[in-house]
Amino acid sequence: MNPANYLILSALLFTIGTVGVLVRRNAIVVFMSIELMLNAVNLTLVTFSRINGTLDGQIMAFFVMVVAAAEVVIGLAIILSIFRTRRSTSVDDVNLLKY
Amino acid sequence: MNTVPWLTILLIVPAAGAVVVAALPRRHATLAKQLALGITLAVLVLAVLATFAYDPDKAGFQFGQSYDWISTFGISYSVGADGISLVLMLLAALLVPVVVLSSWDEVDGGDAAGTGRVPAPAPAPDAGGSPGQVGDGGIGGAGGIAGAGAGAGAGGVGGGSGGGTAVALAAPPVVTAAAPAQVATPAGRSVPAFFALLLALEAGMIGVFAATDVFLFYVFFEAMLIPMYFLIGSYGPVKEQAQRSYAAVKFLVYSLLGGLLMLAAVIGLYVVSADNLGHGTFDFATLRQMEITPGVQKLLFLGFFVAFAIKAPLFPFHTWLPDAGAQSPTGGAVLLVGVLDKVGTFGLIRYCIPLFPDAADYFAPLVLGLAVVGIFYGALLAIGQRDMKRLVAYTSLAHFGFIALGLFAFTSQAGTGAVLYMVNHGLSTGLLFLVVGFLVSRRGTRDVGAYGGLAKVTPVLAGVFLLAGLSSLALPGTNSFVSEFLVLVGTFTANKALAIVATCGIVLAAIYVLYLYQRTMTGPIVHEENRVLHDLGLREKLVVAPMVALIVALGVYPKPLLDIIRPTVTATYADIGKSDPAPTHPAAAHPASVHPASVQPGGHS
Amino acid sequence: MRVEPVLLAATEPGNQPVHYAAASGVFSLSWLLIVLPLAGAAVLLFGGRRTDRVGHIIGTLTAAASFVLGLVLFATLLGRDGDDRALSQHLYSWIPVNGFQVDVGLLVDQLSIVFVLLITGVGTLIHIYSIGYMAHDPNRRKFFAYMNLFLASMLLLVLGNNFLSLYAGWELVGLSSFLLIKFWEDRPAAATAANKAFYMNRVGDVGLALAIMFMFATVGSTSYADVFGAAAAGVIGYGTLTAIALLLLLAACGKSGQFPLQAWLPDAMEGPTPISALIHAATMVTAGVYLIVRAGPIFDGTQAARTVVVIIGAATILIGCVIGCAYDDIKKVLAYSTVSQIGYMFLAVGLGPAGYALGIMHLLAHGFFKAGLFLGAGSVIHGMDDDQDLRHYGGLWRYMPITWVTFGLGYLAIIGFPGLSGFFTKDRIIETAFDKGGTSGYLLGSIALLGAGITAFYMTRLFLMTFHGKPRWSSEGPAAKHPHESPVSMTGPMIVLAVGSVFAGGLFVLGHSLQDWLEPVAGTGVEGVHTFSPVVLTLLTLVVTAGGFAGAYLRYQLRPVESVARPDTEVSLVTFAARHDLFANTFNETVAMRPGQYLTRFLVWLDLVGIDGLVRGSAAAIGGLSGRMRRLQTGFVRSYALSMLGGAVLVVGALLLVRAG
Repeated sequence: MNPANYLILSALLFTIGTVGVLVRRNAIVVFMSIELMLNAVNLTLVTFSRINGTLDGQIMAFFVMVVAAAEVVIGLAIILSIFRTRRSTSVDDVNLLKY
Repeated sequence: MNTVPWLTILLIVPAAGAVVVAALPRRHATLAKQLALGITLAVLVLAVLATFAYDPDKAGFQFGQSYDWISTFGISYSVGADGISLVLMLLAALLVPVVVLSSWDEVDGGDAAGTGRVPAPAPAPDAGGSPGQVGDGGIGGAGGIAGAGAGAGAGGVGGGSGGGTAVALAAPPVVTAAAPAQVATPAGRSVPAFFALLLALEAGMIGVFAATDVFLFYVFFEAMLIPMYFLIGSYGPVKEQAQRSYAAVKFLVYSLLGGLLMLAAVIGLYVVSADNLGHGTFDFATLRQMEITPGVQKLLFLGFFVAFAIKAPLFPFHTWLPDAGAQSPTGGAVLLVGVLDKVGTFGLIRYCIPLFPDAADYFAPLVLGLAVVGIFYGALLAIGQRDMKRLVAYTSLAHFGFIALGLFAFTSQAGTGAVLYMVNHGLSTGLLFLVVGFLVSRRGTRDVGAYGGLAKVTPVLAGVFLLAGLSSLALPGTNSFVSEFLVLVGTFTANKALAIVATCGIVLAAIYVLYLYQRTMTGPIVHEENRVLHDLGLREKLVVAPMVALIVALGVYPKPLLDIIRPTVTATYADIGKSDPAPTHPAAAHPASVHPASVQPGGHS
Repeated sequence: MRVEPVLLAATEPGNQPVHYAAASGVFSLSWLLIVLPLAGAAVLLFGGRRTDRVGHIIGTLTAAASFVLGLVLFATLLGRDGDDRALSQHLYSWIPVNGFQVDVGLLVDQLSIVFVLLITGVGTLIHIYSIGYMAHDPNRRKFFAYMNLFLASMLLLVLGNNFLSLYAGWELVGLSSFLLIKFWEDRPAAATAANKAFYMNRVGDVGLALAIMFMFATVGSTSYADVFGAAAAGVIGYGTLTAIALLLLLAACGKSGQFPLQAWLPDAMEGPTPISALIHAATMVTAGVYLIVRAGPIFDGTQAARTVVVIIGAATILIGCVIGCAYDDIKKVLAYSTVSQIGYMFLAVGLGPAGYALGIMHLLAHGFFKAGLFLGAGSVIHGMDDDQDLRHYGGLWRYMPITWVTFGLGYLAIIGFPGLSGFFTKDRIIETAFDKGGTSGYLLGSIALLGAGITAFYMTRLFLMTFHGKPRWSSEGPAAKHPHESPVSMTGPMIVLAVGSVFAGGLFVLGHSLQDWLEPVAGTGVEGVHTFSPVVLTLLTLVVTAGGFAGAYLRYQLRPVESVARPDTEVSLVTFAARHDLFANTFNETVAMRPGQYLTRFLVWLDLVGIDGLVRGSAAAIGGLSGRMRRLQTGFVRSYALSMLGGAVLVVGALLLVRAG
């Protein structure tokens, strides 16, 4: 298959993720959108790795996955604790940190 | 070089002293003072010894030392002394012990006495934090001559009754009674920290004069700001919290702005050196030999010049000085105007002129113009001031005008005079600040209107005040005359019109000095409080004695200093291809008896 | 005109390079002249109250020692050859910077030794006088310290062998004068007068400083030998020479209270009377005359500058005389008399070599009689409980006989009574002015002659109102006065000075003794053709003087004198103007002081609002801007995300553009 297709798919996924982050208010959904973007990037990395015939991109993808896992743990913990205190997961409600 | 590393010792001693003094607990205030005095006196002795070891007729830097610091960028720790930096280090080393002694009671006892006109509250909250300090304040106040007012007396009582309970009882009513609550909280002021700051400042001042690596110079240039910032912000007038924060921030921002431009120019210099020499360097001696294209010179010159013009300060970069001068503690003001500002004028002759000769030539008319404007502007504003410390600060603006005039006239007389002027101004304005500080510590106000007729009450104080003023107006027989006349005569040979205009400034100098003297010292006593003021005490006499002695001695016999300064200045101007204009109709060969000692080393033609 | 040769044939003193012999023997001690009084001053000032009891003795002894040393030097000079009486002593190198080499050195020659004797002699007498006059002042020690400081400064002024030493002395006498005028410094008037004196002197000092700079730029030296050598050799251009001379003249005007800088001298009378006698009559204010005579070789080369000197001298004669007639304050009258007498000296020295010696002669004679007059005035003021108003005096001769006699002799000397010193010296100046020839000669001569008449008028007025007529004071009532003769320490110096006033002039003039003595320094005018024969002129002068005397006698002796002056509204315009110093103070105030004040106020405002306003404005602008920018931090995560996206798109777009371009 033409490797370009993978890249197109990756771009689509990334765009969907981006739009998700921008338009959705629910923190969980925003979070999932971010995961989607990360994985889109992973797909790109792996694709280029395949194209170039080197393993660099795949290693990078592993790094991203590890970082994403760590990030999910902390992110979900934060969302959880916010939900506990404010009974809401809307990101627009969490705007105390301003000016 | 296998000689004594004078400069490194001079740097390390106060720096280490600062650390030691800062580490002292607050209750050891007296020990901190004694330690600080001992260290600064040791530095003075070392500096004098170094001066004797210095050979004025040898070209280039002496006592040089160089160690790699950040070798990637060609930055090194290199120090060295020439005639110009040596006398300025000497000035710094002299002024710091004087300031230490004059500030003996300023932090704990002196201010209490100053605010003691409003009798009760002064000492009480003092003890709120640390009971031990009350005792110190009391002792300082009673033992110190400055602590003469009711406040010091009360301080003594407070110390006597001692216990924390009495203090706890006293505290609440004070807070409610004293409308400006922060007025009477010198408690927040740590004595050891104050003296540690002074020592740190001394290390910074010596470093900035000793550095022969441009980057090292920059580091010291900026590092000096830190202790000064805290001296103004934390130890300024007790009552004027807002004003002193304002002054401290203004000082810092002004200086940082200049420093930023200088940093850009320093980096630019590095880049140019990398282009020219193949390897970048910050070494002054190497940079000096480098040819820089005029266009680049102008840019780099401006970077350095603005920094120095702010520091010096030259008109119109001066507005931080009156604020900083008025809001500094007396000792801080002496060092600020006496030495710190000299870094600006020092930088002009050490860096701006030799590194960028073409640009210096190009911008000379601008600098000279600013200098002459500054002479008149500073003098007129000084005449119009009512705040005595601001007044003295404005007189400095006029004096810096003379110094800048001398430096950019490009004759060896004017240059030598300007460098000597830096030293003399440190002495005369330093003494003026000290005396004004004595007055303020007695009366608690800087307003001229609060004084009058003091010559009857405090004759010695009045006499010293007058002498300091006379030195400031450059009366022959005082040190400043020699330098001012050299500047003027040297400028005259190069540029008659400017010199004539500048000379008219000496009339204004007479006015601002004597008008101030008239308002404070002569006439009838209008304020009853002034009748009971004490004359100078023993400690204060000890403070002013060396200054008075030097003011007269350097006026009568300035040759030792001139002999150190002259060769370096002459060489600096010779390097950039400037020579003194010859007299138009030189006198016929005259009898040798008239000038037996006219040896002229240093490439003068 | 037929009289031109008088000036042209003058022997210029320095056609050959000026050379001073090196001092040796007793002359190598000449520095002691200065150091003795200086040491006295230092001991008294730094010794503090401990020296209170011996202060006046130390002060007087050091002054006297200096005088004795001066006498010894003078005697030794007398024993030397006429051409070998100028001895220069190098003390040490003061300001050496490459081409600019200034030494501290002394020059003892015919001119300076004469001044040394005048300064230390009159100085010692006035020290003695002050012991009595200041006996009740708690600060007598300081007074003597300042007087000694003055002696040292004045000696430095006349003894220096280069212009910078002279300048040092010049400013230091200004300082001493300042210190002594404000001696009673709790009086605001005294403090103001002292400051005014210092300011106006400083204006003159600028002239001297600039003159020295011109000399250095032209000749490369400031020593008398080099400068005069070059001036005499004619290598200095006429313009430069004139500029130097005019600047020196400015300095001289400042120090000597000459038009247009005369306004400070009458105010200086706020100082104690001995000071008025010593500094503001006999010595310091004549320094301007010394300067011009000393710088003779410079003035000789520039006719233009000399003309200005003459004009200033003539103008000042009239100004001083006219104002002197209007004042009722005894010291102010004497002060304006000093102003006008120094005007005579300026007129004389402005006439060139022919007049130098005459100027010095009149200066010395004036030193005697004016010091004597001031001391007499001090004695009167002392006896009248510090009242200085002539209109409160009258008939005092009976109560103060010694003062009356000594003052009377001084008075006769100043108006030029035949045989007394003023008669000789002033007549010679008038004569020389006429001898200048041409219209200007007649004009100057007439002014000098007129001045002599007015001098006779106002001095007679002063004398009669003080010592004669009916007493206008009362020995009873609340303002009771008990005039009494002063103690011996005061009358002694007055007697000595009176003797000097009588004989000095004759001593100097007869046989040309002083003229011959000064000739190597001052040069001398060859006896030319006289405009009037001396006898005619002397008679003419006597007639004019007698006229002035008669006028005053008629007005103030034969008619009663009111004890209160008529108010300004009832007097003539001339009197009104004279009472207000011919509006000199008004002029200074409107032209210099008020605009200066406004300028100062404006600049203070400008600095605060303009320059600092700019600084604070930029700070405020940055602060305001960041306040606005802060609003971008909304706290909404999604808007941050959007801006991140926008930023990323921008960066990528920019990269693409750059790549594509």
